[in-house]
Amino acid sequence: MKYIDEFRDGELARGLSVAIKQAADPSRRYHFMEFCGGHTHAISRYGVSDLLPDNVRMIHGPGCPVCVLPVGRVDMAIRLALECGVMLCTYGDTLRVPASDSLSLMKAKARGGDIRMVYSSADALKLAQANPEKQVVFFAIGFETTTPPTAVAIKQAQALGLKNFSVLCCHVLTPSAISTILESPEVRQWGTVPLDGFIGPAHVSTIIGSQPYEFFAEEYRKPVVIAGFEPLDVMQAILMLVKQVNEGRAVVENEFSRAVTRDGNVKAKNLVAEVFELRRQFEWRGLNVVPYSGLRIRKEFAEFDAEKRFPVEYVTVADNKACECGAILRGVKKPQDCKLFGTVCTPENPVGSCMVSSEGACAAHYTYGRYKDFQ
Amino acid sequence: MSEVKRGYVRPLDIKHGRIDLSHGSGGRAMAQLIEELFAAAFDNDYLRQGNDGALLPVPVGGRMVMAADAHVVSPLFFPGGDIGCLSVHGTINDVAVMGAKPLWLSASFILEEGFPLADLKRIVESMANAAKEAGVPIVTGDTKVVEQGKGDGVFITTTGVGVVPEGVNLSGDRAQPGDAILVSGTLGDHGMAIMAERESLGFSAPIESDTAALHGLIEALLASGAEVRVLRDPTRGGLATTLNEIARQSKVGMMLQEKALPVNPEVAAACEFLGLDPLYVANEGKLVAIVAAADAEKALAALRAHPLGARAVQVGSVHEDPHHFVQMTTAFGGKRIVDWLTGEQLPRIC
Repeated sequence: MKYIDEFRDGELARGLSVAIKQAADPSRRYHFMEFCGGHTHAISRYGVSDLLPDNVRMIHGPGCPVCVLPVGRVDMAIRLALECGVMLCTYGDTLRVPASDSLSLMKAKARGGDIRMVYSSADALKLAQANPEKQVVFFAIGFETTTPPTAVAIKQAQALGLKNFSVLCCHVLTPSAISTILESPEVRQWGTVPLDGFIGPAHVSTIIGSQPYEFFAEEYRKPVVIAGFEPLDVMQAILMLVKQVNEGRAVVENEFSRAVTRDGNVKAKNLVAEVFELRRQFEWRGLNVVPYSGLRIRKEFAEFDAEKRFPVEYVTVADNKACECGAILRGVKKPQDCKLFGTVCTPENPVGSCMVSSEGACAAHYTYGRYKDFQ
Repeated sequence: MSEVKRGYVRPLDIKHGRIDLSHGSGGRAMAQLIEELFAAAFDNDYLRQGNDGALLPVPVGGRMVMAADAHVVSPLFFPGGDIGCLSVHGTINDVAVMGAKPLWLSASFILEEGFPLADLKRIVESMANAAKEAGVPIVTGDTKVVEQGKGDGVFITTTGVGVVPEGVNLSGDRAQPGDAILVSGTLGDHGMAIMAERESLGFSAPIESDTAALHGLIEALLASGAEVRVLRDPTRGGLATTLNEIARQSKVGMMLQEKALPVNPEVAAACEFLGLDPLYVANEGKLVAIVAAADAEKALAALRAHPLGARAVQVGSVHEDPHHFVQMTTAFGGKRIVDWLTGEQLPRIC
């Protein structure tokens, strides 16, 4: 497959593997966090960690939109479907996230909730047009990559004068999550999460550009290399990070220059700014309440805000006590450190959100890498 | 002697007619539907007996295999086939992978009120052709009609009966460390043909379903004299799921070579686009064969000599593993598990 196979080439991978081994100083260890679930998935699926020397370790970050969604937000979506009788449209992964009362959106669907899996916000809009007698709510989750399409759907709904379409906005911001990790006591004070640099997001960066990460590089002295989601991208980024660490540099480098510019997609950013504004605070799973880390719909578009249209309020719900998703999302623990991993918590019966999405650290390790736990 | 003249019965209006509740009521309308549509298409001696069940000769020697398969595919018609031929091929394959020669089929239809007779005729004719080509007659059946909204056009359940010749012993628990894992051709064609056809994706690719009856291919493989331990058709859940089932049954591990997996470029591209893995996408005309390592070449030659096995290859091998993992050496150079499918990768496909 053209433009795909080139980035999964085994020969080139072996070459990069040798280059990383040669570049890595055997007297020290390297700990890099891949922020995005897309990178976590690529690393596990292609066996990238098998090609890294022992002293280069990858730490999975919180960049999985389904994983960071707190239980209370899924509860809101379930209440919209079961109590308010709306047609709730959602991305597929969200269906299986465990919520309160042993429910998930999928179980709520089996209880009679009209819950539809869609591939995009545009599909939800189409459903609203096709079902004028129903109130249709799009459960909008995700980082900066999925935010612009939600903005487009809201603007289109306004242009079409749709009275039966609204959005439950749960969009969150990548830079806020990175700051939270860098400010966390595990990284700053206790040093329990050694962090030598970041692999920066691929798709998110196509929207926001590479500029927002410059602050982290400068302020926290952490190198950032923005990388694509193909396995060779990840390997190349690791090599670039190793070199920066060795040279004592901490700058933003862009491995994914075929798609990412410094300024990103200005048109998309303007669209997002027109439709959304910052929430004062937003609760994340694992990172708790993070100030100015989520978006809400501006009052000019209030009629498309499901939180204003329907009587649903956000209520904080504690995670299962034994579930380590929070610590795993902050890089403090590994999936296999959780007592529930692979026993009570499996992809079929997930307890925590990290076991749900294929981008989640637990699901990726369970699905692709757990044989290593037995070696 | 007076002759009572049979009343005129207006033939079914295949072109414009639709299924209504009377077609499942057990009355004349149902009798007419069966006679003019099903019996006419499937016609054979057993069906012509006209009784509640088919009276069949007891095969001499060997053991019998019986397999059932329900079909709820959406859309009903797709590139390369339709629910009709799929329901015949699916059951024949389930019987054949047991090493049996398929003899007879039954077919039960659940029809939704309002379903166009023209579509039903197309489906029934496709079934009749598939059964005829395979040489396996449909000897009995049933029809029910459900109210509008309670079905999805048509659901078909078929059952197959076959006989396993002496000396043939195939079972999912017979894979042994060292054995070779073969597949008869490209992976994921059926599932992606269905996905490409689904309107909601607005996605089109020239992908045809691979739906086919495999008993001829299996007969050729068994006739080669190769020591065949397990045969399966990797339908729902794809090759990955089938191999995990066998690994669990046989209490072994498996190692696949990603580079060896045959995937059509269009299917690979469509999978990439939709975020799917061809290892988990359904096939309806492919065979997985686990054979003794020493006989791998002989088995491959037999498969390749048959039109349905032209692209047969070895994709991996069996080894000891207390955890029964199916693993894969990735083309990239790493290793990973090829796990059971979680949840549902695709909407209804077979």
